[in-house]
Amino acid sequence: MSFRRGALAATMTATALVLAACGGSGDDTAAPEPEVAEAPEFEAGTTMAELAEAGTIRVGTKFDQPGFGLENLEGEVEGFDVEIAKIIAGGLGIAPEDIEWVQTPSAVREEVLEGDEVDMVVATYTINDTRKERISFAGPYYTAGQQIMVAADNDEITGPESFTDNPDATVCSVTGSTPAEQITEYLASPDQLVLFDEYSQCADSLSNGQVDAVTTDNVILLGFVSESDGEFKLVGEQFTEEPYGIGIPKGDVAFCEFIHETLRENEDAYTEAWEATAGQVEGTETPELPEFDECA
Amino acid sequence: MSPVLDNIDLFVDGFLTSLEIILWALAGTLPLGVLIAACRVSPIPPLRAFGTFWVTTFRNTPLTVVLVFCAFGLPELGINRSFFFFGVLGLVLYTSAFVCEAVRSGINSVPAGQAEAARSIGLNFTQGLRYVVLPQALRTVVPPLGSVVIAMMKNSAVVGAFGVGGDLWSTGQRLTSALGYETFPIFVGGVAVGYLIITLTAGALLQVLERRVAIAR
Repeated sequence: MSFRRGALAATMTATALVLAACGGSGDDTAAPEPEVAEAPEFEAGTTMAELAEAGTIRVGTKFDQPGFGLENLEGEVEGFDVEIAKIIAGGLGIAPEDIEWVQTPSAVREEVLEGDEVDMVVATYTINDTRKERISFAGPYYTAGQQIMVAADNDEITGPESFTDNPDATVCSVTGSTPAEQITEYLASPDQLVLFDEYSQCADSLSNGQVDAVTTDNVILLGFVSESDGEFKLVGEQFTEEPYGIGIPKGDVAFCEFIHETLRENEDAYTEAWEATAGQVEGTETPELPEFDECA
Repeated sequence: MSPVLDNIDLFVDGFLTSLEIILWALAGTLPLGVLIAACRVSPIPPLRAFGTFWVTTFRNTPLTVVLVFCAFGLPELGINRSFFFFGVLGLVLYTSAFVCEAVRSGINSVPAGQAEAARSIGLNFTQGLRYVVLPQALRTVVPPLGSVVIAMMKNSAVVGAFGVGGDLWSTGQRLTSALGYETFPIFVGGVAVGYLIITLTAGALLQVLERRVAIAR
């Protein structure tokens, strides 16, 4: 009888990640309260004026992404993306409790903006040109990078090139994600890519030997590694740059510039936000607020 | 339509992968379903109990649960095969329960006198089933079996979410969420059309089959 303990380990990993991402491990990690501007003035007719007038903002974020946007057991969302949205809302004079959070999985991020279901999307949203055809981005506010996670005893896979050299090696990622697209150029055959709906399923398959590696943004992988009790490790360097942007309705330049100004004025809050959320995971480095792209 | 035409090669690949899943699943589930039906009508109580157990288990379990068991449960037991194998296996197990019940309804529609006549000319149970009862039963089950098979073809979309990837459904997911195309044209113009090509063709073939095997009673 050699029942593996992979499933249990993966479940525990997921639970632990949830806990880590909630920042619930001590008083020193409580999420910072962002500054809320008092009665800010905006030019009439702008998005900012409308939102400030309404006193509320609808924000699309993920509810299942540890460290960035995750719904906790009390039904509140927590994470770095959530804190970023709070900073921006604060600049509009909107308090965190007046923000309406809308669950926005990867597949519908453009749709909710086009359909005016949200005012902005902060959801580990990689800036790219296809997406820019339908919406506009403010930011980037963070640059993630793709990496590879393997079992601790695996010495054969050392980086993305290993998949080119060894056509039998399989790698797992999530359907419809940017990392899944970017790994394809290293693959010798499309059959090497295994796709699931969630990264926890990939981690599970890595643990029970169904796949040889998992790939996605470093921050997500670090979460799995730090909770795996030495079962997983990261190999190779980050081989992509994934600039995370804030999705806003197409062509709203004034709103984009406002977001840039607000983030730049609140760099301290930005650092605190990181340390209280995604920065909780062992092995992460606190980022500097990156140079912003031109608003268009 | 142009988002579909721009990515027609992806859709063709997805179509072929879906077709491959469906054909393997058909090849597995039809014989298995008939076998389980034979168990359910057999004179041997343990076989009957086994047949009933099989149908009760797989007919009452959601397909996704069967697939989770195959894709994550079997590897836990040390059985490592490709996700394609596990996906087809899950679809075969699940559908076999429905095939079994359709076939059993056909067997029950054959008058008891036929089985008795077979017995009286010296055929044993297996021979009677094989040469007398099943040929008559299968004629009457073409329409309900057709529905089961077409449902299975559509269910093959679920397999794509269990590590198989590259089928029609996953192709649609990939185009809309990673590559940023609009949902409506991709799923209506590409994915739905792909499945319709498969299911409408199957429907037409079933019509032909039904006419071919029809007998005047």
